[in-house]
Amino acid sequence: MARSALSLSNVHAYYGDSHVLHGVSLNLGEGRLLGLLGRNGAGKSTCMNVTVGLVQMRGGAIEVFGDSIGKCQPEVMSSRGIALVPQGRRIFRSLTVRENLAVAARKPARDAKAPWNVERVFDMFPRLRERKNQNAGSLSGGEQQMLAIGRAMMTNPRVLLMDEPSEGLAPQIVAEVGRIIARLKGEGLSIILVEQNIKLTLELADDVAIINTGEVVFAGTPAALQADESIIAQHLGVF
Amino acid sequence: MAVWSLLAVNSLSLGGLLFLLSAGFSLIFGLMRIPNLMHGSFFMLGAYLGASLLQRGYNFWFAALAASAAMVVIGGLVERLLLRRLAGQELAQVLLTLGLSFVIADLCLMIWTGDPIQPATPAQLGGGVRTLGMFFPIYRLAIIGIAVAIALGLWVLIDWTRLGAMIRAGVDDAPMARVMGIQVSRLFTAVFCIGAALAAFAGVMGSPFLSVYPGLDADMLPLALIVVILGGAGSLLGALVGSFIIGLLYNFGQAMFPDLAYVILFLPMVLVLILRPQGLLGRVQT
Ligand SMILES: Nc1ncnc2c1ncn2[C@@H]1O[C@H](COP(=O)(O)OP(=O)(O)OP(=O)(O)O)[C@@H](O)[C@H]1O
Ligand SMILES: [Mg+2]
Repeated sequence: MARSALSLSNVHAYYGDSHVLHGVSLNLGEGRLLGLLGRNGAGKSTCMNVTVGLVQMRGGAIEVFGDSIGKCQPEVMSSRGIALVPQGRRIFRSLTVRENLAVAARKPARDAKAPWNVERVFDMFPRLRERKNQNAGSLSGGEQQMLAIGRAMMTNPRVLLMDEPSEGLAPQIVAEVGRIIARLKGEGLSIILVEQNIKLTLELADDVAIINTGEVVFAGTPAALQADESIIAQHLGVF
Repeated sequence: MAVWSLLAVNSLSLGGLLFLLSAGFSLIFGLMRIPNLMHGSFFMLGAYLGASLLQRGYNFWFAALAASAAMVVIGGLVERLLLRRLAGQELAQVLLTLGLSFVIADLCLMIWTGDPIQPATPAQLGGGVRTLGMFFPIYRLAIIGIAVAIALGLWVLIDWTRLGAMIRAGVDDAPMARVMGIQVSRLFTAVFCIGAALAAFAGVMGSPFLSVYPGLDADMLPLALIVVILGGAGSLLGALVGSFIIGLLYNFGQAMFPDLAYVILFLPMVLVLILRPQGLLGRVQT
């Protein structure tokens, strides 16, 4: 069993009075890719937002590489090596492409094999290099998604959280994003991939979890999930 | 002719002074969305501190820098300890900064009494230059030069450095900037402190011809407000353009139509509010 890169134990979260996460536990092994599936409004993004400190959990614990985190503040989680590719991309629209990358730059850990910098992001996404001085708000949806991934990589993370990176993209762009994710995983990054695209997730994931109305209702391997059509039908609404 | 060109130099130097005052006001309002009604108080307090140092025989530039440094501390305390708790509550911020401006006005009255102080122009910058048969006071020219230099410096800082990009990222999407590891809260404090320091610097620079008196704060704040509405909140170039426009209108208005001086000042602001609410050079909020 791989060492744990990130674990959520019995996490509860609220928006005001509405109880959204009811004791969620997830475990991401080092170097693995955990696919997190669930219907609209199931609580997937909330799990990500709790992990990066955008939403404060009320009860539960989060550990990063075995260290338990007291109060998750965004800057702290970032310095612990957690990066987010947020749902809806949320790039800095009034900044240029290059500035979007530059502001997120962080020195890599000393043992990092291939540290990320602007040039390396441009090598991975040549289209961003062509548009480097353009305002990020003027990019197409696919380019914005690539920028959001590049920006997250600029922090030289150890854990990458990707919240619906295929949302709203044309099929060939989705395939490209899938190849990028596979490549990042190949470099040893630990990844949580939140998706509604079941096919993409099952192709990429080592482990899968399904969340439904704020509770984890399935955790296992892609093979186990595929073997049991009823789980997919019941929790993901594919009939 | 000579009168007009002197009036022009006076207008430009007032414009320079207004830029130093309103650049910070514009950044604080445009970037951090804080309507800082104590900005005039930073100007007046800086001017008083500078005047006291000058009376004790300190060098003019030392006085200006020391007053600015003091305002970095005071501005930083106000932002960290008070405004920080009212993030996003504009009405509360208005009331707090307005209240603090009254407190500062009363404290200044207690410390410096009600008598106006008029520091001498610094000796190095006394006199004038004579060209084209006209006499231009060097001090006024120096203010224009300093204002333009600071405008350039701020523009480079905000638009061309990584630090500036981090500030703008924080303005675009503060939570996401924090997730990317940007210390948004510290950067915003720094912006506030820079704004306060520039206001104090302007206060000392302006004191030889504006003099320092109770009510100076309330005289300056509306000017900063007009400049920023005219130029566009958050736009440094807008603040620069707006400052020079107001500097010109103020001087020429008072010389030619003294009875209508205020109409002439506020009318362009009203027009801009009606025709181009984001200001001449302001960006439309998306
Ligand atoms: N800022 C918010 N304020 C109040 N309620 C919210 C907020 N964000 C999400 N919710 C609610 O919390 C629940 C979980 O939302 P969440 O965004 O985590 O779902 P999700 O699984 O990411 O859905 P999707 O696939 O649509 O992105 C939903 O019922 C949603 O309506
Ligand atoms: Mg979501």
